[in-house]
Amino acid sequence: MTTVHRYDAVIVGAGGAGLRAALEVAQATPRVAVVSKLYPIRSHTGTAQGGIGAALGNMEEDHWEWHMFDTVKGSDYLADQDAVEIMCQEAITCVYELEHWGLPFDRTPEGKIAQRRFGGHTRNFGEAPVRRACHAADRTGHMILQTLYQQCIKHEVQFFNEFHVLDLLLEDNICRGIVALSLADGELHVFHAKAVLFATGGFGRMYKVTSNARSLTGDGVAIALRRGIPLEDMEFFQFHPTGIYKLGILISEAARGEGGILRNRQGERFMERYAPTLLDLAPRDIISRCMYMEIREGRGIEGKDYLHLDLTHLGREVIEKKLPDITDFARTYLGIDPVREPIPVQPTAHYAMGGIPTDVRGRVIRDEKNTPVLGFYAAGECACVSVHGANRLGTNSLVDILVFGKLAGRHMAEYIRGADFAPLPKEADGPAREECERLLTSNGAESVARLRETLQREMMDKAAVFRTQEGLETMLATLKELKDRYRRIRLQDKGKIFNTDLQEALELGYLLDLAEVTVVSALARRESRGAHYREDFPKRDDAQWLKHTLAYRINGEYELRYKPVVITRFQPVERKY
Amino acid sequence: MRVLMKIKRFNPERDRAPYWAEYEVEVEPVDRVLDALEYVKWHLDGTLTFRRSCAHGICGSDAMLINGRNRLACKVLVKDLGSPITVEPLRGFPVVKDLVVDMEGFFAKYRAVKPYLINDELPPETERRQSPEERARFDDTTKCILCGACTTACPSFWANGAYIGPAAIVNAHRFIFDSRDRGAAERLAILNTRLGVWRCRTIFNCVEACPRGIDVTRAIAEVKRALLFSGT
Repeated sequence: MTTVHRYDAVIVGAGGAGLRAALEVAQATPRVAVVSKLYPIRSHTGTAQGGIGAALGNMEEDHWEWHMFDTVKGSDYLADQDAVEIMCQEAITCVYELEHWGLPFDRTPEGKIAQRRFGGHTRNFGEAPVRRACHAADRTGHMILQTLYQQCIKHEVQFFNEFHVLDLLLEDNICRGIVALSLADGELHVFHAKAVLFATGGFGRMYKVTSNARSLTGDGVAIALRRGIPLEDMEFFQFHPTGIYKLGILISEAARGEGGILRNRQGERFMERYAPTLLDLAPRDIISRCMYMEIREGRGIEGKDYLHLDLTHLGREVIEKKLPDITDFARTYLGIDPVREPIPVQPTAHYAMGGIPTDVRGRVIRDEKNTPVLGFYAAGECACVSVHGANRLGTNSLVDILVFGKLAGRHMAEYIRGADFAPLPKEADGPAREECERLLTSNGAESVARLRETLQREMMDKAAVFRTQEGLETMLATLKELKDRYRRIRLQDKGKIFNTDLQEALELGYLLDLAEVTVVSALARRESRGAHYREDFPKRDDAQWLKHTLAYRINGEYELRYKPVVITRFQPVERKY
Repeated sequence: MRVLMKIKRFNPERDRAPYWAEYEVEVEPVDRVLDALEYVKWHLDGTLTFRRSCAHGICGSDAMLINGRNRLACKVLVKDLGSPITVEPLRGFPVVKDLVVDMEGFFAKYRAVKPYLINDELPPETERRQSPEERARFDDTTKCILCGACTTACPSFWANGAYIGPAAIVNAHRFIFDSRDRGAAERLAILNTRLGVWRCRTIFNCVEACPRGIDVTRAIAEVKRALLFSGT
C-alpha cells in the first residue's frame, strides 16, 4: 500500500543545501519534511575538509569583490556573474550565521574565525594567495553538517530517514510532489507538496577513482532529466588533484594551503613551471592537468600514475593540529606518516559543476529563456546556478550549499504562502512502482556490479581529465551497450526489507543516464575550458563557446541547446596563474 | 590474499533466527573490511545487507562488530586482521537485516540532550568571540560522527538499554563546555538521573571503540564533575 503524505514543502537530501533550505522554510511553515536516503549527518557535506570561503578579512585585508573575481576567473569565465556576486556577498552573512548557531570554527588569538589559504583565492585580483577559507581543522564540512542538523532538531524539522527518491511528480509545468521508497520496509510513499527542493548531491560514482561517497549517484539529477528538465553544463566535471593513490580519498587542498608541495619523481616542485605565481595553489583543473602531463612524460613516482604531496617540511605541530583527519587517513590507509614521508596522490573525480539549471532563487528553469518550473527547486551540487562555471574553486561548494540553500528556502517559503496544492497525477506512484517491479523481476544474466565496474573504468579512461572526439565516441557506444545490458540484469535480493540490491540497481540506472549526458555534452563542446579539456581542441574559444549547454532528453534522444553567460563586471581574458 | 569472512546474517522475511554464513574472498592486503563485504555483495551474494557511504571513516554508516570489537568497516584493513574475519551487527540495537540495525532509539537519546547551541542573547553582527583556549576546551567531543560504536560497546548499555549512553553524553559535553552556550544547567539536569551519566561505570570500552579517537570516558567524567560542582 502506498502511503500519501502532505507537506507544504518537501526537501530531498539532508546534506548542507537541503538542511539549510529546511531551516529557512521552517521559519515560515512547520509543514516541511526532509527526505533522505541516508541517516541525517551521513551526507557527503560531512566529508568536506579544508574550509568555507568568505571575505571576512579576519587575518588580512579581503573583499567580496576579490572573492568574486577569483570565482569568475577560476570558472574560466563560464560562471554567471550575477549569481557569483550574490554568492560572494552572502557568503559572509552565511558564515556568521553558522557561528551564531554554534559552529566551532578555529579561532585567531583575538577570538575571531580563523582563515587559511586555498587554491585560486587571491588578494587584489590575482596578486597572491589570501587567507579566506574559514575552517575548523580539516573537518569543516563535518562541523557544518552537524551544526545544521542540530538546528533542524531545535526547530523540530521532520525527517524521513532512509527514504530513496524514485520520482518527481511534475505535470503542466507545476511540481506536485515526489515518490520515495522506504528502505526499511520496501513500501512506496507519495509526498504531496506545494514545493519540492532537490538537494541530492553529485554523481562522482560514474568514475573509477573518486572522492565521492558510495551514495553519490546523481539520483535527483537523473530523475529531473527523465521528467523533461534539461541538464546544464554536464561536460564539466572536476578532478581534485590530491586523491590518495588508488583509493581516491580526498587529501584536502588545505594541505597545500598550509604550505604542502606537489613533487614529481625527481623531487621537483613541478608547478613552478606551470603556474609561477600561485604554484601549488593554482585552481584544481590546472593542477590536475599538470599532474597528468608529468605522468605522461614519465615523471610520475617510479614512472607510475601518481605523484607526491610533500608535507614533511611543515613539521609535526602544523600537520597534526591543522590537518588531523588527513594525517589519520594517510596513516590508516597507506601506513604512511605525513610528518616524515610524502603522500602518494593522483587526481580524483570530485565535483560536478553541471546539474539541474536554476536561477538565483533556486527555482529550476526549463529552457534557455530561464522559464521557471512552478514549485520545483534545486540547490547544492545537484544544481547549476551557475556559480562554478567550468571549474569550481576550493571552498566554494560549501559557500554554494549555504547561500543557495538559504535563498531557495526563502523563495519556497514565499511561494508556499501564495500557492495551493496542485492535484496529484492519477496513479502518482505508478511509474516508480513499475520501475522497481521491472528491476526485481528482470531475469537476465547481467550483474549490476559488473556493469558499474565497466562504466567507472571506461569513464575514467575516456571522459575524465583529457578527452578526444574518438574517445568520447567510443564511450558513447559503450554506454549504449551498457544500457542495453542493464535491461537484462538479475537481482539476487527480491525482498522488501532493506533491499540494497534493488537500491544499487536504481542508482546504476541514474549513473548510466548521467554519464551519457556528460559524454554527449562533452562531444559537442569543441573547445577546452576549465575542467573540460579536449586534446583535439586545446584552446578556449569564446567566440563559439562562451555559453552554457542545456541537454534535453526527448524520447531517448538528446537535444542540445545553449544559453548565454551572464557577464557583469569581469570580461573574459586569458587565464594565467 | 584469500580471507574467510564469517558474517552473522538475518533476514526477517526468510530466517527464523540469525545464522553464520561463510564466504571466501580474494582481497588486497590494503583493502578495508568494507571492501571485503562489498566483494561478497557484488560477486558472491547480492542479498548481503549493510550500510556504508563515505568509506573513509567520516559518515559513520558502517559501525559493526568486527572480530569482537566495534569498528567502522571502512577504517580497518584486512591485513591487520588476517583470516578469518568475523562480522556481526552492533550489539544492543534491534537488527533490521544482516548488519543493518535500527538506530532510531540511539538518535532519540541524542536529541534528548538538546544537542544544539542554547543562547538567546542577541548575537553581534559578526562572530561571537571565543579564545583558542575556550575553543580547545570542547574540541575532542566535536569529532563525534554518531556511528553508535561507543554506546553499543558499553556494558552498562547492554545491561539496561534505557541508559542514555556515551554518545549522547559526548554530545551534551560538546555544548556544556562551549563558552558560547547557556544551556548547561538544562542538559546537566537531563543527565543527572538514574539512566543518565551516573550509570557509567568507567569501563573504558567506549574509548577503545571510538573510531574518532575521542576520549569518551574522560568527557563523561567531566560531565559528572560538572554535576558535582554545579549543585544540581
